[in-house]
Amino acid sequence: MDLSAINPLLFVAGFLVAATPLIFAAIGELVVEKSGVLNLGVEGMMITGAICGFATAVETGSPLLGFAAAAVGGAVLSLLFAFLTQVALANQVASGLSLTLFGLGLSALIGQSYVGIKPPRLGDIDFGRLADIPVIGPILFTHDIILYLGIALVAGVWAVLKFTRAGLILRAVGESHDAAHALGYKVKRIRTMAILFGGACAGLGGAYISLIRVPQWTEGMTAGIGWIALALVVFASWKPWRALLGAYLFGGITQLQLNLQGAGVAIPVEYLAMSPYIITIIVLVVLSADKSAAPASLGRTFHASN
Amino acid sequence: MKLSTLMTSAALALGLASGAVAQDKTKVGFVFVGPVGDGGWTYEHNEGRLAVEEEFGDKVETVFVESVAEGPDSERVMTQMALDGADLIFTTSFGYMDPTIYVAKKFPDVKFEHATGYKRADNVSTYSARFYEGRAIQGHIAGSMTESNIIGYIGSFPIPEVIRGINSAYIHAKKVNPDVQFKIVWAYTWFDPAKEADAAKVLIEQGADVVLQHTDSTAPQAAAQEAGNVITFGQASDMAQYGPKPRVSSIIDDWAPYYIERVKAVMDGTWESTDTWDGIGPGMVGIGEISDAVPADVKAEALEMKDKIASGEYHPFTGPINKQDGSAWLAEGETADDGTLAGMNFYVEGIEGTIPQ
Repeated sequence: MDLSAINPLLFVAGFLVAATPLIFAAIGELVVEKSGVLNLGVEGMMITGAICGFATAVETGSPLLGFAAAAVGGAVLSLLFAFLTQVALANQVASGLSLTLFGLGLSALIGQSYVGIKPPRLGDIDFGRLADIPVIGPILFTHDIILYLGIALVAGVWAVLKFTRAGLILRAVGESHDAAHALGYKVKRIRTMAILFGGACAGLGGAYISLIRVPQWTEGMTAGIGWIALALVVFASWKPWRALLGAYLFGGITQLQLNLQGAGVAIPVEYLAMSPYIITIIVLVVLSADKSAAPASLGRTFHASN
Repeated sequence: MKLSTLMTSAALALGLASGAVAQDKTKVGFVFVGPVGDGGWTYEHNEGRLAVEEEFGDKVETVFVESVAEGPDSERVMTQMALDGADLIFTTSFGYMDPTIYVAKKFPDVKFEHATGYKRADNVSTYSARFYEGRAIQGHIAGSMTESNIIGYIGSFPIPEVIRGINSAYIHAKKVNPDVQFKIVWAYTWFDPAKEADAAKVLIEQGADVVLQHTDSTAPQAAAQEAGNVITFGQASDMAQYGPKPRVSSIIDDWAPYYIERVKAVMDGTWESTDTWDGIGPGMVGIGEISDAVPADVKAEALEMKDKIASGEYHPFTGPINKQDGSAWLAEGETADDGTLAGMNFYVEGIEGTIPQ
């Protein structure tokens, strides 16, 4: 066992990167679910974002344009879900699942000519002297702009949901769509916008994997991160900061267990491998011991005649 | 199930509807553990499938389902294939072993071929490649080229096939570099690019300047390229797009000749349950071009070892070799028997850490 082999600064910086795709996907889905819609297509929107972002970044040479395209790609795919569930009034669970299957297939199709290509690198933000601060500098001030955007997004979603009228309306739609409708709010329009937001976020998260975390395009490369994001939203009791905490816990422990394995720590590998899931669930379940329930209209189809 | 699969089935349904499918066509099914575009393991199996189509043209029909989870889900997929009239089904991952045996019992007239496993039945053959022969060459190059003397190894699951590879690579790295140390990380997945890349990064952060992988995607190659000054080897497929560095060579699985031979046997009615385990000699294991990033003398030694292994002159597990606990395994000049290799569940002397049980 050689714990000195683990560089704590690189470790922390590494898990911030590993957690970012999860943060994007989870915060987007959180908004969607707060509006009363259950979109199980996160994985499909992520992988679509991953290839849209990758292809655009490669073609234009600009990673930032890639991320923009990823957001658009994810949102466009989610529009399909919005159409199915809000206009055609299809079952949300089935529509979400099919969105995942469709997204995986579509991305494989688009991505055929992008296998084995190296994408342009998105540079880290230059914080000047800040990056020279011992310990904090290398951990906090050596990342790309998208990572900070993810954290800002969590803060933004939290503030909007808690303090603004728009947030209140969104929550009202999610709690009781009939009441919101009676008050004159456009339930479908609001939900569609929430779905689009969720799609864009998932797309960004996917592109973060293909452009920064790995960086390459491989079919099916999100490999289940969308599903973890979905679980995270539930375990975080639909609270933005808890989702962030959960993402960091999950990303952090995943990185930690790989590090411990590399350092040869004498904990059986099976326990290390399952630790991210177990610890994240335990912590979030303990936190949610207070009264916090799902949005009351979650997953229910709304029709004005009801 | 991906779009491509859906399209395959749609095309199939259309074919059936128009009555274009003649009864005498041999139908061959493939069950894949990852997507055919993984650039590694599944990609090569799919190349084998395409070779079968190319060889037999109209006389054969192939179907495949990709990204099938190991375990109960694979049983469902195999059953469906058998019900749809497949004559021969290739199940291409270790974790399909028990499901294959189970489904084969229910369909005695359907032939099954399971890759990398060790359970057979009257209608179940097994086939695998001696990847450890390629690992020996990797180990030689890795041990010769490492400067930090730390070699990172990304394992998938602690199964004999993977452990053989680790042992073979270690023995040959150690031979040329007595100070070499292996850091082994188990990813517990065959295909998860993000996790594989993370594992590679962690190993590199911990000082490894060579990363060997036994997972299926090219993600570790991308991570090594990003880190710079690290060398890697293509796994299962050439992964030449990451050459000449980080990828300095590769192990390539060539399943096409075997698949063609077995499909032919089914057509001729000569198919029998067999156990095939071929290596560099018969061509089932290929060594991808050794790039110029490797010093010329090391390259020459590696190629010499390849020739000796191919001709049978040299066996990668030749004694004296001790087990990890120091007990003797192979005496001087003794070579390992296939039975021990097939069920290998121990590290050789010098490797640190324990194998997850």
